[in-house]
Amino acid sequence: MAEQAKPRIRLSKKEVRKGETIDVKTLVSHIMETGLRKDASGKLIPRMIINTFSCELNGKFVFGCDLESAVSANPYFEFKFKPTESGVLKFTWIDDAGARTEATETITVT
Amino acid sequence: MVRRLSRREALAAGVGAFAAGWGSAARPARALNDYADEVKKFTGGKTPVEGGVKLELPELAENGNTVPLSVAVDGPTGEGIYVEEILVVAPENPNARVIRFRFSSSSVPEASTRIRLAATQDVMAVAKLSDGTFFSASRPIKVTIGGCGG
Repeated sequence: MAEQAKPRIRLSKKEVRKGETIDVKTLVSHIMETGLRKDASGKLIPRMIINTFSCELNGKFVFGCDLESAVSANPYFEFKFKPTESGVLKFTWIDDAGARTEATETITVT
Repeated sequence: MVRRLSRREALAAGVGAFAAGWGSAARPARALNDYADEVKKFTGGKTPVEGGVKLELPELAENGNTVPLSVAVDGPTGEGIYVEEILVVAPENPNARVIRFRFSSSSVPEASTRIRLAATQDVMAVAKLSDGTFFSASRPIKVTIGGCGG
């Protein structure tokens, strides 16, 4: 597995009042090989995709998804949530080889 | 009455001949994959209620490799009920399932990503609510160059 570039994460705000919404955009670089393509010699190139993404706040699940090969290369996600407490947002991407890409962001809720 | 029937029959025969002539090129009649089964698995056999889900896709995708997709649940959800999951399926892709979003009680029930589409088709999204109800929406999209490799 090639060395992964640092994932890019953008939060609309890092400090919010309770009840306010944070808009999260994430982008991670990954080939997302579908397993349907053939190489020059006609052999199928095995599937290699990120199959799981999740976002947790202080260890509690916030948002996630199960990816299939129909998700474009370099998966991009945008989602929104209303944090109930300050803490650390942890983002995790896991691919078919079990390689984990992780990132964290700190948010404050007042 | 008699005349109208015969005209309809004649038309049907004509369409049939046309479809037969085109063979496998006659598209809408078949789906490439088992998307209906995937939806059934997701809903546990329930038929989702149409509506309540907003599925956004461009009308035309020149490149099926990266098509922006947004889903949101805007239908009525009762007190304390939230959207648990949204499944997106593509009937004309090699594999039906596209993505399955998972939400929590703190989520706003909407999400965006970019997907691959192999051909022109009706993409479908099914939302699962925490009270066990299901909503669905589908949206046609034209794809100029398919993006699933092969």
